[in-house]
Amino acid sequence: MAVIDATGRPPAAAGAVPRPVRSRDPQDHDVPTGREEAWRFTPLRRLRGLPTGPEADGLVTVTVTAPDGVAVERLDAADARIGRVLIPADRIAAFATARAGGATAVTIPAEASLSEPVIVRLHGEGPQGAAGAASAAGVAYGHLVIEAGPFSSATVVLDHTGSATYAGNVEVYVGHGASLTVISLQDWDAGTVHLGAHAFSVGRDAKLRSFTVTLGGELVRLNPTVDYRGPGGDAELNGVFFTDAGQHQEHRLLVTHQARSCRSRVTYKGALRGESAHAVWIGDVLIGADAVDTDTYELNRNLVLTDGARADSVPNLEILTGEVVGAGHASATGRFDDEALFYLQSRGIPPTEARRLVVHGFFAEVIDRIDIPELRDRIMTSVAARLGESELAEAIAEAEAAEAAEAAEAAEAAEAAEAAEAAEAAGAAAGAGAGAGAGAGA
Amino acid sequence: MTTAVSTLEIRNLHVSVETEEGPREILRGVDLTVRKGETHAIMGPNGSGKSTLSYSIAGHPKYTVTNGSITLDGEDVLTMGVDARARAGIFLAMQYPVEIPGVSVSNFLRSSATAVRGEAPKLRTWVKEVKASMEALEMDPAFAERGVNEGFSGGEKKRHEILQMALLKPKIAVLDETDSGLDVDALRIVSGGIEAVRAKGETGILLITHYTRILRYIKPEFVHVMAAGRIVDSGGPELAAVLEDGGYDRYVKGGGAAVSLGGGAAAVAPAGAGAAS
Ligand SMILES: Nc1ncnc2c1ncn2[C@@H]1O[C@H](COP(=O)(O)OP(=O)(O)O)[C@@H](O)[C@H]1O
Ligand SMILES: [Mg+2]
Repeated sequence: MAVIDATGRPPAAAGAVPRPVRSRDPQDHDVPTGREEAWRFTPLRRLRGLPTGPEADGLVTVTVTAPDGVAVERLDAADARIGRVLIPADRIAAFATARAGGATAVTIPAEASLSEPVIVRLHGEGPQGAAGAASAAGVAYGHLVIEAGPFSSATVVLDHTGSATYAGNVEVYVGHGASLTVISLQDWDAGTVHLGAHAFSVGRDAKLRSFTVTLGGELVRLNPTVDYRGPGGDAELNGVFFTDAGQHQEHRLLVTHQARSCRSRVTYKGALRGESAHAVWIGDVLIGADAVDTDTYELNRNLVLTDGARADSVPNLEILTGEVVGAGHASATGRFDDEALFYLQSRGIPPTEARRLVVHGFFAEVIDRIDIPELRDRIMTSVAARLGESELAEAIAEAEAAEAAEAAEAAEAAEAAEAAEAAEAAGAAAGAGAGAGAGAGA
Repeated sequence: MTTAVSTLEIRNLHVSVETEEGPREILRGVDLTVRKGETHAIMGPNGSGKSTLSYSIAGHPKYTVTNGSITLDGEDVLTMGVDARARAGIFLAMQYPVEIPGVSVSNFLRSSATAVRGEAPKLRTWVKEVKASMEALEMDPAFAERGVNEGFSGGEKKRHEILQMALLKPKIAVLDETDSGLDVDALRIVSGGIEAVRAKGETGILLITHYTRILRYIKPEFVHVMAAGRIVDSGGPELAAVLEDGGYDRYVKGGGAAVSLGGGAAAVAPAGAGAAS
């Protein structure tokens, strides 16, 4: 584990964080060979030709459920709102925007405070359960534009399911003083390949909370980026991934601090299990020369559950000003080792339960920050399902449900009794003609 | 042979570990019988095989039983997995408890109790039960929300082990050097916790220790001396007093071979006779 606190230290050498070409034209980007820093971990053979930008022959349907007041539109390719935040940094991202031929836009009006989340369902219409079937899921492209108006407060959920070969971009414009939570859940079927650039622009004094939860898919490679348009911006990037046998999951983050007095917090936790499970986490943070008073910390923790799984974790911090509040990172990959398993087993807990308990505890720190209980449950259930049957957890849940029902019944009975008593007391008080109901109400 | 209820019987136990130079025999014929309600102390110098015996009873995969048997109430323990042994009523308080980051103590205890009892304990009574046991061990309630053994001090780890014993109510508890590394206060508290379980008379206790000081708090009926992978001497509490004065020298002379110098045949063999009587 490396922890660097660069406060007060001389700036790091310029160029530590890569500056890729940024262009909407796919031809401006080289075809990746695998030797580039940005592609060295990615199995290019498994991208199903996406770097060459094949014509779409598959479908990812987009369905938006939004509370009143939220505008949901289809933008055509020439719309100025496309590309305002996201300028593609690689060929696949450029093809995603070019071939998507427009975008789906979700706009939260200024000062709106949504009590319900906006749900964007992205469903790959490829054949179900097409594990490893390269030709099974056709190629699809997509582009989403999310805008949170100034001083608005909202949550947007991107729910990726089904089977697809999908290059999908997301750009998010957080208005000044707005507070936006974006949860992107990658809950794909086994045969999916998903590459995406998720670009966030954070306004002055705005707050962004982002959750990237990657569970399914054969290969998922996401590039979340954050920029700030003014001082006082705050970005929290949380991530959870469960990388199972044969899956490749890659999260490459870039947080660029150019405005002063902004804050960023990155927390990614991954669990890996099985033969050829491969997780990659790259955390680039760039603090520009004018970004004084920056406060940043990024953390990646991986838990390797079995042999044969591999986690690569590369934090990278470039600081071009000496005047930061804090700048640090930590990265650690630990093993769920035989001794821990023995300890839990020696307390009667079967091995599958032991793993479930450990992974649950490991993820809870991040998952518990999600404010939507149904989504929290769904994620934890999905993770648990991947870890095998859980009689113990079920027994506990059942007992708790039974008890809750009992307690509710008892409370109801008590309430009824109290009400009866109160009525009696009120009757008596009324009869006495003084202080009616006071005693009963107490 | 019929066995009494809650009896752990160890017969002619030989145990090896895999080393770089091949298998190495550590236990070389251990005989021991522990019954419900009895307390046995096993004392011995470092490296004599005490932890190996504990781990072998609990089923640690590193230790291979090459000969002999372990039974609980006549049931073959050696064919059971680690978790099955715990559910059958065997508990091991470890000399070096393992850290399990991220799993809270409360979640861990509840899962463990559910597994061992075969049903989830009622939440309301369970919370009271845990609270009372923690209070008895002078543990801060905030403890329950910490990760299992995560950043615990040596004393906290040992209290946590005894807390588990109190909640799991095992038939047989093996306490591997629960006393080592404890200061005077912690030793008193931990001993109190052990004594409370013992007083209920439902648990057979195998108290493994290097020092005699814990025996001031907990009085075993039987004391055994282990040296070089065997039980070389067995007796009553008076044996502990002899060890207090003379140490283990007389058992380990001759390059670690198990030699009893003063006890005579009656004291040396048959190992475990005192326990079996
Ligand atoms: N896993 C192991 N691998 C190799 N040697 C071991 C292992 N466990 C124990 N031993 C050796 O076996 C002997 C007995 O160890 P142990 O049972 O820990 O003794 P005690 O608990 O009495 O101090 C020692 O010489 C020790 O080095
Ligand atoms: Mg030991």
